[in-house]
Amino acid sequence: MLKIENLQARIEEKEILKGINLEIKPGEVHAIMGPNGSGKSTLASVLAGREDYEVTGGSIDFLGKDLLELSPEDRAKEGLFLAFQYPVEIPGVSTTNFIKTAVNEKRKYQGLDPLDAAQFLRTMKEKMKLVQIDQSLLSRSLNEGFSGGEKKRNEIFQMAMLEPKLAILDETDSGLDIDALRIVANGVNELRSSNNSFLVVTHYQRLLDYIVPDFVHVLYNGRIVRSGTKELALELEEKGYDFIKAEVEKETV
Amino acid sequence: MDVKTILQDTYTASSSAQSGLSAFQQENWTNFSNWGLPALKHEEWRYTRIRNLFSDKLIAGQHQLPAKETISSFMLPGLESANSIIFVNGYFVHELSHIQDDESSLIVKSLETASNDEDALFVKQNLGHSARYHTDGINALNGAFAAGGVYMRVKKGKSLTAPVAIYHFSDSSNGLRFSQPRVLVNIETGAQATVVEHYINWGSGDTLTNEVLEICTSQDAVLNYIKIQDEGNASSHTGTTHIRQLAKSLTHAVTITLSGNVVRNNLNMVMEAEHGESHMYGLYLLEGETLADNHTIVDNAMPHCYSNELYKGIMDGHSTGVFNGKIFVRKDAQKTNAYQSNKNILIGSNSAANTKPQLEIFADDVKCSHGCTIGKLDEDALFYLRARGISIENAQALLLHAFAMDILDQIKDEHVRTFADKLISNRLSFTI
Repeated sequence: MLKIENLQARIEEKEILKGINLEIKPGEVHAIMGPNGSGKSTLASVLAGREDYEVTGGSIDFLGKDLLELSPEDRAKEGLFLAFQYPVEIPGVSTTNFIKTAVNEKRKYQGLDPLDAAQFLRTMKEKMKLVQIDQSLLSRSLNEGFSGGEKKRNEIFQMAMLEPKLAILDETDSGLDIDALRIVANGVNELRSSNNSFLVVTHYQRLLDYIVPDFVHVLYNGRIVRSGTKELALELEEKGYDFIKAEVEKETV
Repeated sequence: MDVKTILQDTYTASSSAQSGLSAFQQENWTNFSNWGLPALKHEEWRYTRIRNLFSDKLIAGQHQLPAKETISSFMLPGLESANSIIFVNGYFVHELSHIQDDESSLIVKSLETASNDEDALFVKQNLGHSARYHTDGINALNGAFAAGGVYMRVKKGKSLTAPVAIYHFSDSSNGLRFSQPRVLVNIETGAQATVVEHYINWGSGDTLTNEVLEICTSQDAVLNYIKIQDEGNASSHTGTTHIRQLAKSLTHAVTITLSGNVVRNNLNMVMEAEHGESHMYGLYLLEGETLADNHTIVDNAMPHCYSNELYKGIMDGHSTGVFNGKIFVRKDAQKTNAYQSNKNILIGSNSAANTKPQLEIFADDVKCSHGCTIGKLDEDALFYLRARGISIENAQALLLHAFAMDILDQIKDEHVRTFADKLISNRLSFTI
């Protein structure tokens, strides 16, 4: 599904990703963990195509296509989805109208007819249940005045509507209480299948109690320094990131 | 023939000594002759060059009238049976106009008629008041042709059942058409009216319209005024909307400019009594080589008045938006609340915005604020939309439409708002 090889990226003059290698196969859930400033969110942004970052080396293959050659919108239409760490508030654009536009642009890209109003409404109602999101929220301006939990649920709702092949969740757990976290995680789990994959970027192990990953990677200083199974996350939770930092520094000496 | 001669001939042909307007026209013609057209060195016209719009090919004076069906085809959707006032080439045409409201509520007649009947005193006292704020040749030139204008009175305590739509047809089929509509509106005590202006370039040539609209509101009157400019980029416009709040009243003005080669709008709110309230909203959506210049004045002469003003601009291509907002608070106008804001988004790499707030405050107990921004579309918002698969063009259109919504929402008449929204959506070329 996704194959990242020796990916390097920087913002302005600062090098952030210093050679990332990662392969995700259909149906797999990968978690990327790491201390603050290790490059987790940068990786998510580079995958989604944010132009603030300059890719200086390496390659990303997504379903046989060179991802780096695609615009952000085409990446989305090819089946990549980024759940934002900080969903943007956009006054004046209704959530429903926005999602309808996104869904139909994707359908057009796939050579399908746009959903008519009734079909769209039916799909929307179905997906709303998944994340327990209210109709009244969707008729409001996109994310404007939403609580932290509402914003994150709205991200998962959009994901459900767009049915991506690869979803990247960038610190989706940040700022959520346990109830909201459970709702969000349930939504994600409902969408898991053998055809689609997830890349869960998180600082804390907490989310991984609910979204159980197949693989866990530790990102530190722009590189993946450890990979393992879900037990690695538990070890990190127990020992903190300092033990990884210490080990990495010992190795490089 | 040069421009002056063309105008002189038209003036001589149209002025009549019997009219109650003849002295007024004469005075304005003299002023125009002395002052000429404003040049860039005139402080009020720094950014807006209009002299070159007056070519010697200009055609003035009345001409053939459009057919009734032509008029109907340009009516605002939903307002087909509302009150309509038809101007053709700057001349009020009574027989093409349609007054829906009863005579006990609404009187519409030529300005010349009004200057000779029971409304003569009102005309004498109020016509030309805008010249105190615009001592320039362009206002005077319109005054010289006032005989072609219209007078409208909304009677005491009456609330009109339908908006009054003023349609300005300019016949450009034989070349550059010069039109000078003049309107005087009297909204009596406790009366309520919505006035909508719309401009139509009827032909394939250029047009130039120089308009003066003066409105007086009396005690407890309510006025909603909407000006929609979408004549196409072969049309230029200089216009003044001058609103005097003679007593405590409420006015609400929305100006939407979607096209036009060179467009200059003056909007004045003269707060002549205590507790007056005025709202002024504007949206200009420009492209190509065009220029739109909105000059507004709020003149607070008396205490306890409130005014709020928000103008927004979106400039694409090589277009230029100009905003100049003056707020005067005179010595006696204590407890004035006056707010002003101008926000601009530059889309075109060669587009420009000039914005200038100008507050002159002579009272010491007032609340006044102003702010202006010139920027680009929010990159984070744009990326968010694109990351959902929305094309950059549609993402821009969605954000620009949202930006424009603040102003669109201020149009209270549903039909007019829907119409304006459609024009804006078409312009932003939103496609799926």
